[in-house]
Amino acid sequence: MRSIPAATPRRFDTRPAEAKVRPAMAAPHTLNTYRAGPDERGHFGPYGGRYVAETLMPLILDVERAYEAAKRDPAFQAEFDRLARDYIGRPSPLYFAERLTERFGGAKLYFKRDELNHTGSHKINNCLGQVLLALRMGKKRIIAETGAGQHGVATATVCALFGLPCTIYMGEVDVERQKPNVFRMKLLGAEVVAVGSGSRTLKDAMNEALRAWVGQVEDTFYVIGTVAGPHPYPAMVRDFQSVIGVEAREQMLAREGRLPDTLVACIGGGSNAMGLFHPFLDDSAVAMVAVEAGGHGVETGQHAASLAGGRPGVLHGNKTYLLQDDDGQIIEAHSISAGLDYPGIGPEHAWLHDIGRVQYVHATDEEALTAFQLCSKLEGIIPALEPAHALAHVTKLAPTLPKDHILLMNMCGRGDKDVFAVAERLGVEL
Amino acid sequence: MSARDRIATRFAELRDAGRAGLVTFVTAGDPTLDLSLNIVCGLPAAGADVIELGMPFTDPMADGPAIQAAGLRALAAGTTMVKTLALVRAFRAGDNATPIVLMGYLNPVLAYGSERFAQDAADAGVDGLILVDLPPEEEEELAPYFRAHGLKLVRLATPTTDAVRLPTVLGGADGFVYYVAIAGITGTKSAAIGSIESAVTRIKASTDLPIAVGFGIRDAAGAAAIARVADAAVVGSAIVEVIANQLDAEDLPARVHGFVAELARGVRGARIGQRGE
Repeated sequence: MRSIPAATPRRFDTRPAEAKVRPAMAAPHTLNTYRAGPDERGHFGPYGGRYVAETLMPLILDVERAYEAAKRDPAFQAEFDRLARDYIGRPSPLYFAERLTERFGGAKLYFKRDELNHTGSHKINNCLGQVLLALRMGKKRIIAETGAGQHGVATATVCALFGLPCTIYMGEVDVERQKPNVFRMKLLGAEVVAVGSGSRTLKDAMNEALRAWVGQVEDTFYVIGTVAGPHPYPAMVRDFQSVIGVEAREQMLAREGRLPDTLVACIGGGSNAMGLFHPFLDDSAVAMVAVEAGGHGVETGQHAASLAGGRPGVLHGNKTYLLQDDDGQIIEAHSISAGLDYPGIGPEHAWLHDIGRVQYVHATDEEALTAFQLCSKLEGIIPALEPAHALAHVTKLAPTLPKDHILLMNMCGRGDKDVFAVAERLGVEL
Repeated sequence: MSARDRIATRFAELRDAGRAGLVTFVTAGDPTLDLSLNIVCGLPAAGADVIELGMPFTDPMADGPAIQAAGLRALAAGTTMVKTLALVRAFRAGDNATPIVLMGYLNPVLAYGSERFAQDAADAGVDGLILVDLPPEEEEELAPYFRAHGLKLVRLATPTTDAVRLPTVLGGADGFVYYVAIAGITGTKSAAIGSIESAVTRIKASTDLPIAVGFGIRDAAGAAAIARVADAAVVGSAIVEVIANQLDAEDLPARVHGFVAELARGVRGARIGQRGE
């Protein structure tokens, strides 16, 4: 790790006043490192693990062994780096959002522009890594789940690049509301399976992908799209997405001669947030804020804020915070953003939440819509609805901070996919 | 063991009788709590030797369409863990011999509270548990409570469980071993009997526990084929489909029992003419 140039440590409590009194169990701990997790069985504190059917266990242990070997193989890393550069377009720029900074009148706002990646979001960083691993393991087919379609498109894209057959599981409700992405996946040669079970959205797509995987364990690799699922997925997806934070760190040091004061990212499963945060976790002067989807408001029960409105449980192979009723049945999430519309959250986030290293807040559909329009008008960047949630929080936070405070937000996806949904929401007929 | 070791007693009886057992699966509360109690109470008379009772869950990731739908019907009918345990208690009032094994997913158990669940399930008359998404590596936080209350934690072995992993699966296994005959979800495909027989032989070499085989058994002939090579045949989706296909039938429980009786005839007749084991 490179040494950090001397910088004035700045610790501002970025939480709203009511959040500053925290329960004792959530008091910030001091650890030597926050970056050592998970343990050998995939636990981040009490979260994570490997809660899958026995049929999948031997296979998941295989994935873990193969990933551990790949991580140590310079040739694997070199291939990832080459395609990240030539195919995805990395590094993504660090951009000073001058007009938004002026508008907010406080902190200096930077965007890490992962929306400029090939396929329009950070998702492809992880797909590239996992498909390279699948090839290394000799797998012949790829399956994946998708909600909004961004992970599905990114997976289908990388599969097209390598000529691998690819099946994407997508809830019927999402197939209906994300038609352009369904067509994109088909153009890229993927088979799209509309999932009609359960609530017919992302969680059911993940159930169905797991069911399909159980039935074809020998030759198939499951590319999970976020930092969730059974170990090693949460750590592996984080590692592939950490390219975001590693680049941002170097770029900020080159640009400002110091680290940012506060990082902000939206969070559904949490892969873009984990990718940005992880390389900074041990920089104690860097505050981090993750923004969950508050839907119609956490108090209404119609939201996707697993940390604000859920409690620990087990789903999709890991223990983490889940939206669930008193009887342990999973409750359907709601968000205007299909990419955040998931009733769980990655287990490393659950742990970072409990120990207080990262602050978790939420923004509503309305607040995200307002930020979506503001960013489009002032910066000429139409953000995806997912990072619009992060920007909604920046809108509240930036004005309260001094002008020399550096805020770095992950602009993890672009909004092309969302223009129809936003138009409908704003009452505009296209 | 205490009077509660109904599983060991039942398999000993089956061994003495020189036949395999029939394990029947239905979901608690499917299609309603009343009908479900009716169905479950009539299973032993229809020929079920062990009852597997599904604890409904919104996201049953190892189950096919039939058992998914059964779970959703049960939840829509208001089934909760408390009501599932009440159903077992009601069954026990009339039958203190037939083992009941609850089958399902971990989250509803965690939500109920592991220790409280173990206590209440044992009190209700539950004998064992199959938790599909709880591999041996993660069971520490619950298993001590189950053991303390005499609940058997039944382990699953599958076609992907190789020789390296088998000792992990069998270590601490209790009650019986459930061999999942296919690499797949419930109610989909069936395995060749030869591959099942060799798997059972392989597992038997490493454990003294009885082996029940399930997944892909659709009818009496299929159950009979399993009964020739294993200690018990498990039928789930095919029974649940009888419920699904005749939801409006006034005599729904009788129809389910009729199908179970057919399966039982298959299982009981399977070894006639075969040399004894």
